[in-house]
Amino acid sequence: MANSPASAAAKVDDSRFVRIDRLTKRFDEVAAVDDVSLDIEKGEIFALLGSSGCGKSTLLRMLAGFETPSVGSIYLEGNDIAKMPPYERPINMMFQSYALFPHLTVWENIAFGLKRDNMPTDQIAERVETMLNIVKLKPYAKRKPHQLSGGQQQRVALARCLAKSPKLLLLDEPLGALDRKLREQTQFELHNIIKKVGVTCVLVTHDQEEAMTMADRIAVMSEGRFKQVGKPNEIYETPSCRFVADFIGNVNMFGGTLEVDQPDHCVIDTMHGKFYLDHGITGTQDMPVSVAVRPEKINLQRDPPADPQYNCLRGEIADSGYFGSFSLYRMNLASGMKLQIQITHTERHGELFQRGETVFATCAPDSLVALTT
Amino acid sequence: MDLAKSLAKNRFARLLLKDWGKLTVIGIPYVFLILLFTVPFLVVLKLSVSETDGIHFQDLSTYADGVVDIKIKLSNYIFLTTDPLYIETYWSSIKFAALNTFICIFIGYPFAYFMARSPASMRPALLMLVSLPFWTSYLLRVYAWKGLLDDHGVFNNLWMWMGLIDEPIKMMHTGFSMTVGMVYTYLPFMILPLYANLVKMDLRLLEAAKDLGATPWKAFWLITVPLSKNGIVAGSMLVFIPSVGEYVIPELLGGPSTLMIGRVLWDEFFSNNDWAMASAVAVTMVVLILVPLAIFNKYQADSGGVRGV
Repeated sequence: MANSPASAAAKVDDSRFVRIDRLTKRFDEVAAVDDVSLDIEKGEIFALLGSSGCGKSTLLRMLAGFETPSVGSIYLEGNDIAKMPPYERPINMMFQSYALFPHLTVWENIAFGLKRDNMPTDQIAERVETMLNIVKLKPYAKRKPHQLSGGQQQRVALARCLAKSPKLLLLDEPLGALDRKLREQTQFELHNIIKKVGVTCVLVTHDQEEAMTMADRIAVMSEGRFKQVGKPNEIYETPSCRFVADFIGNVNMFGGTLEVDQPDHCVIDTMHGKFYLDHGITGTQDMPVSVAVRPEKINLQRDPPADPQYNCLRGEIADSGYFGSFSLYRMNLASGMKLQIQITHTERHGELFQRGETVFATCAPDSLVALTT
Repeated sequence: MDLAKSLAKNRFARLLLKDWGKLTVIGIPYVFLILLFTVPFLVVLKLSVSETDGIHFQDLSTYADGVVDIKIKLSNYIFLTTDPLYIETYWSSIKFAALNTFICIFIGYPFAYFMARSPASMRPALLMLVSLPFWTSYLLRVYAWKGLLDDHGVFNNLWMWMGLIDEPIKMMHTGFSMTVGMVYTYLPFMILPLYANLVKMDLRLLEAAKDLGATPWKAFWLITVPLSKNGIVAGSMLVFIPSVGEYVIPELLGGPSTLMIGRVLWDEFFSNNDWAMASAVAVTMVVLILVPLAIFNKYQADSGGVRGV
């Protein structure tokens, strides 16, 4: 409500709304977060993505104030808040378990934070009503948390941390406690509410789909560091390293060496064949390079292509799975490697490949990514 | 073999054979409570309303010539309400028990809180320390306080030797000595249920409270204390109920100013030898204290408290 129109206007001026500067957190000499720097824009939804133990939760807890950084600073609108206790920060967090107060009603849960600010009673009532409307829980105001479903509890938790109009909203695995079916629906609802309120948001998740659909930008984390920071499509289509390419989505990866390196193209020689890429890399002759290609960017054909010198792999279909809108194939290459291929069925009576068939897999030069690290 | 067959025909016997395990498990507490609580209580109840010549109690009902003659003597109960000694004693018992309960909460709560928040590896050791006093007889431990609090006891001697006081402070046989003994004895009964409650608490709730702007002190009062309500109630019951009827501590550490119903009961039974009166005192105590508590407990259970805590 009150804070919704502000975000868009201030976006340009306040590009460094949240600034994380060389942040490190050590537990018993082991760095959970290791020298991490990041700027987050106002109004942005930012996702920290990684598997468990990658340090994403520690980073979030430092933003909330539950952990004190060993080294480094966190700036919110230019003020260093790294040592500020959580109850003084204009930041609110939604816990993975929701952490709703079991002895208080939905209404009292949402009002809890407002009462701590000594807001006048009539304003609290008004604000709680607004929040209940936003999350569509008005009829449940008098209920205790245990009388609500998982999805409703999640919305109470969201309303509770949005009630104080925080400058920064933190979400810890926001959909983690919901079952599969509820997740997809909730995902969009949550996204809409956050965008409607206009609050800047950092969310932590291990689920790449969740990160891709919810976030404006994603940081892929591993071993306490950022492997890549970028928009969801950048992370997916131009991964910066093998780890990111492998972590996000499915990928086929071929290890090889650099044969030709020009500004507008390069050729990489692998034991499976030669690959021609439409972008150059700054490398040296014969350095080890990997070629990555997504399963949906490979075409299958029965006849050998006209120019089989580059980007062509011959093999035999080992497995096939029909999924309706697409089919998944696994193909045995002569080198022993298994290739994953996803073919979208754009025609009703399109070709299907059978197990045991010998086929050629081809891909366009712009669908390949060269990875040096 | 024949016996088994005839047994098998009988439905009830079949049920017994089939579910004997279940019945044993449910039966043991029932048999225990009926034999050791209900029957003795009914005996005491009967004594309190029977006509007696001092030694023999008459039956409550007699049957002669087709007439059932039921005689219930209420004079003992009427006497209870008219003699201020009893009323004062009941009142004083409740006051001391309540005082004991409150002191136990004030000492026991921080104690249990500290235990529950200490590292998980230390908790078994701390629990053992709390239950360590149970390894010595309760009588001996209460008696030991005599040696500490006496006019020539350890504390007075020490203070006099240090020159803090010129003559012994009278601590023994006062309300103070009795309260010390009661708190000392009943403290573990407060700590253990409180600990069991606090150790289960989800600490993320405190983080959530702080996140929403509550200082640690506020979070404690608004989250920890309300959520430990069930532990406070359970501990208070365990301390309050036995304190009201406590006999040994008032006898050993109390004095003329600390009238407790347990001592009156003992006097009626063994000094005055008035079993009927003594029984009436006992029954009244049960009714006065247990019935309100039972209603309170029922109300607690119905309102549900907090599920999962």
